[in-house]
Amino acid sequence: MRLSWFNITSLTLGFAFLYLPMIILVIYSFNESRLVTVWTGFSTKWYGELLSNQAFLDAAWVTLKVAVFSSTLATVLGTLAAYALVRGARFPGRTLFSGMIYAPLVMPEVITGLSLLLLFIGIGLDRGVLTIVLAHTTFSMCYVSVVVSSRLVSFDQSLEEAALDLGCSPWDAFRLVTLPIIAPAVVSGWLLAFTLSLDDLVIASFTTGPSATTLPIKIFSAVRLGVSPEINALSTLMIAVVTLGVIIASLISKRNFVREQHGGEGRH
Amino acid sequence: MRRVLIIIVPYLWLLALFLIPFAIVLKISLSDVAMARPPYLPQFSWEDGLGAFLSQLDFENFTFLTTDDLYWKAYLSSLQIAATSTLLTLLVGYPIAYAMARAPDEWRATLMMLVILPFWTSFLIRVYSWMGILSQEGYLNQLLLGLGVISEPLIILNTKVAVYIGIVYTYIPFMILPIYAALHRLDSSLIEAAEDLGCSRAKAFWLVTVPLSRNGIIAGCFLVFIPTLGEFVIPSLLGGSGTLMIGKVLWEEFFNNRGWPIASAVAVVLVLILIIPIVLFQQNQQKQNEAQS
Amino acid sequence: MPENVFAPWTDPGAEPLIRFRNVTKRFGDFTAVRDLTLDIYEHEFFALLGPSGCGKTTMMRMLAGFETPSSGHIELAGQNIVPVPPNKRAVNMMFQSYALFPHLNVWDNIAFGLKRDGMPKDALRERVAEMLKLTHLERFARRKPHQISGGQRQRVALARSLAKAPKLLLLDEPMGALDKKLRQETQFELMDIQEKTGTTFVIVTHDQEEAMTVASRVAVMDEGELIQVATPSAIYEAPNCVYVADFIGDVNIIEGAAHRASEKHYTLHWADGQAPLVAASEMTFSPAQKAFLAIRPEKVLVTADRPADAENAIQGRIHDIAYLGNISTYHVEVAGGRLLKAQTANTRRIENRGFTWENRVWLSWDATAGVLLER
Ligand SMILES: Nc1ncnc2c1ncn2[C@@H]1O[C@H](COP(=O)(O)OP(=O)(O)OP(=O)(O)O)[C@@H](O)[C@H]1O
Ligand SMILES: [Mg+2]
Repeated sequence: MRLSWFNITSLTLGFAFLYLPMIILVIYSFNESRLVTVWTGFSTKWYGELLSNQAFLDAAWVTLKVAVFSSTLATVLGTLAAYALVRGARFPGRTLFSGMIYAPLVMPEVITGLSLLLLFIGIGLDRGVLTIVLAHTTFSMCYVSVVVSSRLVSFDQSLEEAALDLGCSPWDAFRLVTLPIIAPAVVSGWLLAFTLSLDDLVIASFTTGPSATTLPIKIFSAVRLGVSPEINALSTLMIAVVTLGVIIASLISKRNFVREQHGGEGRH
Repeated sequence: MRRVLIIIVPYLWLLALFLIPFAIVLKISLSDVAMARPPYLPQFSWEDGLGAFLSQLDFENFTFLTTDDLYWKAYLSSLQIAATSTLLTLLVGYPIAYAMARAPDEWRATLMMLVILPFWTSFLIRVYSWMGILSQEGYLNQLLLGLGVISEPLIILNTKVAVYIGIVYTYIPFMILPIYAALHRLDSSLIEAAEDLGCSRAKAFWLVTVPLSRNGIIAGCFLVFIPTLGEFVIPSLLGGSGTLMIGKVLWEEFFNNRGWPIASAVAVVLVLILIIPIVLFQQNQQKQNEAQS
Repeated sequence: MPENVFAPWTDPGAEPLIRFRNVTKRFGDFTAVRDLTLDIYEHEFFALLGPSGCGKTTMMRMLAGFETPSSGHIELAGQNIVPVPPNKRAVNMMFQSYALFPHLNVWDNIAFGLKRDGMPKDALRERVAEMLKLTHLERFARRKPHQISGGQRQRVALARSLAKAPKLLLLDEPMGALDKKLRQETQFELMDIQEKTGTTFVIVTHDQEEAMTVASRVAVMDEGELIQVATPSAIYEAPNCVYVADFIGDVNIIEGAAHRASEKHYTLHWADGQAPLVAASEMTFSPAQKAFLAIRPEKVLVTADRPADAENAIQGRIHDIAYLGNISTYHVEVAGGRLLKAQTANTRRIENRGFTWENRVWLSWDATAGVLLER
């Protein structure tokens, strides 16, 4: 099928709109001048400055810790929740449960943050890395559960029954059949939870204390005052990491695909 | 036993970290400032009975929301901004989704990835990237002045226009994807049939393509409208002090004024407002699922 | 009855492999299986036949252990298996959807159940090889399920469920997804495998021809109840009610009032002004009781003149002719506007065919050709 001029124009303009701002950001991160909008020459000095800024490095470390813990915890809880919702028989409060899975997806972040903060103050929990992890786990487990349950729904239940029929205990059936088949969804759930946690400003701002500052909080307080060259450099690094990650992920899935097609050179 | 564990662990987690916190918000929104201190002693006791409890409830915070015009203006302005930017996102997103659905098969996967990719990059950075473009001495003004289109720099940053641009930019994947999905399913012979029956191209588009992608359009609009209503980052970075949005008001009420009961009341009203579009969205999705199965 | 015929159900001393005793299964207030009592013997090839939703799958799932009976009990080799979980039963099931594990190749799929039993490596390899050979799958051992054809997948599913040498193999519509030719080949393969392994098979099918081909006995079910359990030929020749007669094959049902004519003969008054029909029957009918004569179209003779020695003969007019290649079916309108079907084998070329539309013909059959039924 050939594209009409109209369609080519919409695609070009659309993707220019999506990508130009980030491309400009990347280019100007190599600008020498402190005045970010005036190009004075190529330089990598802002990267140097960024990497010697201990506060940014600390924030990055906190963010990474929070993201790893919360996404892992969220993946476990979200997968369990998905399994309970899709496979579990009727249990008391099932409607409430599925409501609690879907509500955080549409709840404005300011409200989630506010309510969790009030809880943490109420029970006297010191705010810091732990409270952010709890908060992030809570909302990202819902995303994980949605991703995993959409996979579970399309998964033929007779596969599990076949495993039982061939002598598996229910746990073995889950480990040997269900888990390998839903694994791609669990992995994307984890990645989603990880990105959401890396990205979150609002909930982290509410639930953190003086001891823990995450990267988004740091960036936000810096850019509130206007555009800054260090932040451009930091943004470029983050964009580079994501782009690299996506490229690697697509290469891996392509390789797996190729291997599937030529299946047979497996074990034995 | 394991089955019970599978259910009970996430269940308790959500009860403790989603439902109870929200109940606390509700509770604080109904109490006065002094009572809003931890550990949020319950006002309700069985001895007094339900009547006494109800009479003790304090709707003062909610009446305050109606008397101080900051709040209702903020709600109205949030609704207006969310609605306008949803419409703008639709206008920008539809042609892209349409062109994607018409693109050759071998491009589709790549185009799809290009739409999703920004979603994996930081939201904050994507909003931030517009600050340099839209500011008074920013790249856009430099370009337009350089081309001689304008003689005075435009003031865009810190206005509603900047907020619209930010919302369209960050939420456009949510609009493109459902519309693309709907258009992708559409059989191109339907349009050919319409043209065969005497429709012009444009007429066939209005009479066939648009109605058949209706569900995608509706889903996309809700997916943009619902989260923008409570948006905080975009109005605070791009909107300046003149742009009122309820998410920002709540944040400031809480962090700057330390007004817990008011902030809680603001949150409760926002949830009540959100329920309507959410229910409508659910109904639309359900209808779509039924139509497909 | 000759010695070598396999018919343990006629032997009162034989121990059944499976015993359903008054089994009922309810889902909420809906009864899927009602008070079912049935014996299935070792080495049988037992077919369950019935309309959609009559409870066939439910019966199978109770045998495999995925559903628990609401009441009654099920015995396997004399042991009550209701409390035994599915993974501990010497019963294997071949699923309608095959349920092959998509992440495992053919070899691993077949080895899956054996590994659960902790079979030693060498024995396991040998057993899998044996199964691959039995199902002609040696060349596909390393392929994933999505890389083989539908018929091959079906054989993998069979090999996987046979590998553990179960006492009982359940097959839920195993050939639903196959085309007619492949289906026939597979039916013979199944019978062959059943003979070689001696496993007891219970098969669910929608296809009555399939049931007739493969089964030692057929059970016809309706709305959760067993209507008749008998050998294929008994089901076909001597259905016990109109429902079974109608369900299996083509049949003419003529309703009328039965009167005893002699010890084993009844006359059926079926239309005013028509000679009553004569039918042999072992059953007893009270005078003028409502009865149904079921007669297969291929037992009805079509002639231009009334055959001299016919016990039953009706005159009619040819309403329609369906030419099916090897046979032709005549739809003949008789007294009262009733349509009767008669089938003849086409041994002559089509242009020599004797009858055409609107011809007046005679339909005739013997007293023993049909069955007289109460309901
Ligand atoms: N888990 C269940 N819950 C409620 N009703 C059920 C359940 N499983 C089966 N049924 C009902 O029990 C009846 C018998 O179902 P079953 O699957 O045994 O039918 P079947 O004879 O196998 O039909 P088919 O030939 O279509 O496969 C059906 O009416 C079905 O709707
Ligand atoms: Mg069935």
